[in-house]
Amino acid sequence: MPLEAKDLSFRYKKSRWILDRVHLELQPGQVLGISGPSGCGKSTLARILAGYEKPLAGGVTLGGRPLPQKGFNPVQLISQHPEKAVNPRWRMHRTLNEGFRPDDIVLSSLGIEKKWLKRWPNELSGGELQRFCLARALGPQTRFVIADEISTMLDPVTQAQIWSVLLDSVKKRNMGLLAISHDKNLLMRISSMIIIWEDMMMGS
Amino acid sequence: MNTSLTARMPYPVMAFIPTLNRRQQTLLLMAMAAVVVGVMIAAGILLDNDRIATHFDQRNLAPSWNHLFGTDWLGRDMFTRTAKGLTVSIGIGMIASLASVVIAMILGLASATLGKTVDSAVSWLVDLFLGVPHLVALILIAFVMGGGAKGVIVGVACTHWPSLTRLIRAEVLQIRFSEYVHVSKHMGRSRVFIAVRHVMPHLAPQFLVGILLLFPHAILHEASITFLGFGLSPHQPAIGVILSESMKYLATGMWWLAFFPGLSLLVIVRSMDIIGDHLRQLTDPHSAHE
Repeated sequence: MPLEAKDLSFRYKKSRWILDRVHLELQPGQVLGISGPSGCGKSTLARILAGYEKPLAGGVTLGGRPLPQKGFNPVQLISQHPEKAVNPRWRMHRTLNEGFRPDDIVLSSLGIEKKWLKRWPNELSGGELQRFCLARALGPQTRFVIADEISTMLDPVTQAQIWSVLLDSVKKRNMGLLAISHDKNLLMRISSMIIIWEDMMMGS
Repeated sequence: MNTSLTARMPYPVMAFIPTLNRRQQTLLLMAMAAVVVGVMIAAGILLDNDRIATHFDQRNLAPSWNHLFGTDWLGRDMFTRTAKGLTVSIGIGMIASLASVVIAMILGLASATLGKTVDSAVSWLVDLFLGVPHLVALILIAFVMGGGAKGVIVGVACTHWPSLTRLIRAEVLQIRFSEYVHVSKHMGRSRVFIAVRHVMPHLAPQFLVGILLLFPHAILHEASITFLGFGLSPHQPAIGVILSESMKYLATGMWWLAFFPGLSLLVIVRSMDIIGDHLRQLTDPHSAHE
């Protein structure tokens, strides 16, 4: 059941075309890296693939069918700003269990401590919040994970821990992973294939 | 350890005065305000109407233990008049501010969720009402309604919703397009769930604080349009009536006619204002540790 983007075109309001007839295919079990300069549309592509934005032309299909509009989305996006992705008026345990109940093994492998569950989001650091965002994205129905600069603001130890957990679950459950990052060295370590943005423009 | 402690407390005496945090301050203030309002309402209801009947043998008395706030030129006890006046004012203020906040909630939610046409219609209304000085609008509405308590309530309710409406509209829009609402949607959560669990908790404090902050406004406006002669009728013991009548007698040295009623009004209005401000900061998790 591959995740396919066909002929994606997108622009914000009247600006230049950010995405112009982009094709992309992601197989289950595949780890694909995307790198490119700032503002070239990496994040926009991520949001469209996860169904957060509607493309102006083209479409995203999962196994030949469009993404489901209702229910748990099998394509989960993890964003660059975990502090924006959690409700500031919810304690962490509600945020964590919003879609499903992640098991304790995942929580402990991510280094989420029990006492954090009772805290408010502003009592945790960005790295700690990102672990929660990761845990809640790895649901039983998740088929593809779009990781948009998820480790940019983290220290190297946390970065390594988060990526190893993510890669483990992806491999174990045969999910597809799209990793977007500025850090080409990181992408070389984790992905089986890397797209440098200029290549994409030519329709790779 | 020792040095840092002494550095933080330059005056050893200060250590014996407990420093209260915001939550404790707010609770203390609320208790004090509740006592003041409670006493005023109890006094307004329990005190005998005979005390505000005309007694020509007790005219123009200065404040004493028998007449706490003194008596006026007709021999009426000013404390009783103030208490009864404030009771009426508080009632009117409560109803008017509640109505105002409900209007603001409905219009704010509607303009944020029902699409562009509704949004621009509501924004136009808001601009319209903000464009007119609201005391003028208030006087007009109260005048058209024929004065009295009904005119004042409708007037205050109709003129005080716009700024809160804007606030609520902005808040709802911001939440609707926030990242965590997107995530919630993609976790398979329904629109109802998002409205009830994500949006409402952000609006509840606005609602409460809105009422508390509008309440003093409502009372003051009730007093001022009554003072100007467009509000309650002179027979009613309202604060505005008391203040406007006392104007004529201030020059003769009867300062207590305006001083005590004015002070009581100020105390109640100001304490509501402060409580509202404290509550706003307390209900915001971002300032939870200040």
